[in-house]
Amino acid sequence: MDISVRLPATLRPRAGDQATVDVQVSGDATLADLLDVLAQRYPGLERRLRDETGKLRRYVNFYVDGEECRQLGGVATPLRDAAEVQIIPSVAGG
Amino acid sequence: MTAVLAIGTRKGLWLATSDDGRATWEVTGPHHSMTDVYAVGFDTRTTPTPRLLAGVTSEHYGPSVGYSDDLGQTWQEPDHAPIAFPDDTGAALARVWQFAPGSEPNVVYAGVEPTAVFRSTDGGVTYELVRGLWDHPHRENWAPGFGGAAVHTILPHPTDPARLTVAMSTGGVYVTEDGGDTWRPSNHGIKAYFLPDPDPEYGQCVHKIAQNPDQPERFYAQNHHGVYRSDDGAATWQSIAEGLPSDFGFAMVAHPRRPDVIYNFPLVADRERFPPGGRCAVYRSEDAGKSWEALTEGLPDQFWNGVLRDAMCVDTADPAGVYFGTRSGSVFASRDEGEHWQPVVENLPDVLCVRAVVT
Repeated sequence: MDISVRLPATLRPRAGDQATVDVQVSGDATLADLLDVLAQRYPGLERRLRDETGKLRRYVNFYVDGEECRQLGGVATPLRDAAEVQIIPSVAGG
Repeated sequence: MTAVLAIGTRKGLWLATSDDGRATWEVTGPHHSMTDVYAVGFDTRTTPTPRLLAGVTSEHYGPSVGYSDDLGQTWQEPDHAPIAFPDDTGAALARVWQFAPGSEPNVVYAGVEPTAVFRSTDGGVTYELVRGLWDHPHRENWAPGFGGAAVHTILPHPTDPARLTVAMSTGGVYVTEDGGDTWRPSNHGIKAYFLPDPDPEYGQCVHKIAQNPDQPERFYAQNHHGVYRSDDGAATWQSIAEGLPSDFGFAMVAHPRRPDVIYNFPLVADRERFPPGGRCAVYRSEDAGKSWEALTEGLPDQFWNGVLRDAMCVDTADPAGVYFGTRSGSVFASRDEGEHWQPVVENLPDVLCVRAVVT
């Protein structure tokens, strides 16, 4: 499956200054599988999205085809072919 | 002589540089904007320029470690996490609290949250967990203090690489004499008034310990109420709080050469974290804690604020420079060992740590 990952401006330098990264994953892939692939290609990006236990960073949102993954299955959210995963930092801090 | 002062704050790192004997300062920043910088360190073993290490944590994107070999003009960071807990621990790095160059070439220690020590053998670029402390049976009883559960102080013995003294909140002081394989608590004499047994083997909330490299068996400690000295390698501690207006505070700094000279910033109490009378005052002892004097020349009269545990430091010049940063974003410097003070910069975010180097 081909997945399109859209990155916020602050993270683009961690992925070769790309706004969108195209990723190929297996047919039954989840969001965690997608992040595993990203970890191989762009480890400096992936470690800003989840910690070393695999937990998603609390203040980073992952919209899978427009819906935040925590409203779906979290990192176990299944992906469809041609899905779009949009990564957006949440409103946080002071 | 050039002096550089690294100022870690709640929202980034600032660097102050002085080329005129620490009389005036030029300040750049923020570096690592919008990250909290709990730890900075200079490794003066690198030549020709000291390596600057910064532990930075983004509220969004988590913790990391950056280093600069040109005093902050450019920064490097490995793609893979410089400090990460191994899979079997089930732990995740929250933030780095401390850097300490070891006595062996290229060895740098990092104290982190959750309570652990990591060791680098490549000058602070990548690190591995020190297993002996992580696997210590006391771990389950090391409770977080208000600021989190962390190893916030690491003092490598200046000549014996097997010896390392650390402090954690809570937990207290621990010592290894075999390079980190085994550790023993070393808190005899330090009170823990907040526990049913006020004299426990461990569990104290030691805020900071300091050591003079010329007399490495002597340590000083600022405890969560209590100020102490040890003359036997941290085995036993005696109170040196008499003469201070309060035994509460966070900072404790040892002079770079004179083993009897220490600096402290007293706050009224756990429940009143202001300096006594709202008067900004550094306290100095020149006799290893037997007596203290307030140093206030040039410091503000009205100061309803505090100084955090790593927000005070000295440089190695002669006379030594003394520096501290405040939670209201001011940084003060003395170039005559504390006699006179002047502001370096004001209106920064909360100052979390300062470290100085002279070249």
